[in-house]
Amino acid sequence: MGKIIKNIILTLFALLEISPLIFLLSGSFMDNQEITGYISPVFNKDGGYATWGLVPSFPTLSNMAGVLLDSPEFFQMFWNTARITGLILAGQIVSGMPAAWGLARYQFKGRKVIYMVYIVMMMMPFQVTMLSQYLVLDNLGLLDTAAAVIIPGMFSTFPVFIMYRFFCGIPESIIEAARIDGAGEIQIFARLGIPLGSSGIISALVLSFLECFSMIEQPMAFLKTKSLWPLSLFLPDINGGNAGISLCASLLALMPAIFVFLAGQDYLEQGIASAAVKE
Amino acid sequence: MAWIFILPGLAGILVFYIIPFADVVRRSFMKAMGNGFAGLSNYRQAAGSTAFQMAAGNTARFVFTCIPLLLLLSLGIAVLLQGEGRYKHLLKSAYLVPLAIPAASVVLLWNIVFDSSGMLNGIMSFLHLKTRDWMNTGPAFGVLVFSYIWKNLGYDVVLWTAGLGGIPGSIYEAAKVDGAGAFKSFIYITIPNIRQVAVTIIILSFLNSFKVFREAYLVAGNYPQEQIYLLQHVFNNWFAELSVDKMAAGSVMLCAVLVVFVIFLQRSWET
Repeated sequence: MGKIIKNIILTLFALLEISPLIFLLSGSFMDNQEITGYISPVFNKDGGYATWGLVPSFPTLSNMAGVLLDSPEFFQMFWNTARITGLILAGQIVSGMPAAWGLARYQFKGRKVIYMVYIVMMMMPFQVTMLSQYLVLDNLGLLDTAAAVIIPGMFSTFPVFIMYRFFCGIPESIIEAARIDGAGEIQIFARLGIPLGSSGIISALVLSFLECFSMIEQPMAFLKTKSLWPLSLFLPDINGGNAGISLCASLLALMPAIFVFLAGQDYLEQGIASAAVKE
Repeated sequence: MAWIFILPGLAGILVFYIIPFADVVRRSFMKAMGNGFAGLSNYRQAAGSTAFQMAAGNTARFVFTCIPLLLLLSLGIAVLLQGEGRYKHLLKSAYLVPLAIPAASVVLLWNIVFDSSGMLNGIMSFLHLKTRDWMNTGPAFGVLVFSYIWKNLGYDVVLWTAGLGGIPGSIYEAAKVDGAGAFKSFIYITIPNIRQVAVTIIILSFLNSFKVFREAYLVAGNYPQEQIYLLQHVFNNWFAELSVDKMAAGSVMLCAVLVVFVIFLQRSWET
């Protein structure tokens, strides 16, 4: 009896959490007439209340085709998002991965201070650094260019923190053994650190990907030109009075994130949990 | 040697975050026009504005409502999940899905659910309960709390699960042998053992709460219903009017408050 109640509770919450996905999945394959029938009370105020159907009565790809074939902006924004996300992730690997290694594996003067700076920065919401980022981007003439969103993102400290945690977990004896065998420091990092810390690196990248993919604050503040906007910011604009198109665009926009999520779920969990367990 | 690894990243952080923030601190004590020293007048202006006070109040109220709710709910789920075998992975996936859903993708759904002619009111009227305009009156606050919990539930469940997993199973077994039931085990074993991790989770949840602005902004724009007018809106509106002086003072104040939280977090990691 207790077990049944427990399972019901767990399942109900699971359904609540994924309900937007179900909503988008079903809506993306409905025809406009059916969608209008469900949500007309909200948009036309013609009495009654909105409802929803879980299964399209007449499944169709017409709205999907509308987004994929007739909305060139959609591809432009999709490409913007891909470029922003890809370059930020690449930057995080190039600058963040060595930094995490240096902090995790070496004792040196100032290590504590630098570590603290990383932690503090990781915790600051965008609003705290918005003005300072604006000032420096303005000085460098980068405002309203894709770089305004990309470059600060490359130096985000959150992935450094996650990789740091995993690099700390590599036993010192392995590193010592390599040193005795005459391996150089950079060799140790490349040949031992990266492979042994790979799950941490992937965790950091999965979390960063999800973060970049839905970023709104930065492009909203630093990009005026609409053609530079990522999908996450532009999406609310793609409806043109047509809810069906908007549903499909929303679904397509979250597909890459869902794929990364499903492929990297274990890494995602490890990455999140790394903050909870002690060093 | 360590510096070779650290320097590239550190240089970027210095150029894009630290040095400009130092400049912001300097500006927070300067007059907006010209170069005069302004003392604390920017701080007085920023903190004294009605928008800032209202937003600070709302943000505090939001944080103190949603964090206890989220923590209890996610702990409850994590505890229930503990014994779960076969479906544990699947259920956890479901709880984590919102992390992969961009705020923009749920805007339409939120409108359809919470509009005055939306689905929620449909259910309310079916149950003969009072219908409301959820987004544009007081309950908008509840909608925002719901959005936050929806988004962060899985994140916190994973954190709790990690914390619960750290408690040795032998303690529970010993208690069972001594005749303690599930409830007693929870009170006397689980709670004392997760206090440490709880501090971490509280702070991370607090810091994540700033991101709820995305939902608030996308659903309601720059000037939402006044109960969900948060600090993030104030900063955004200052930014839009280019009130550098107020914004500088505001950033420094917010940063100072958050640093205190981070120090607590740091302590909880080290002890």
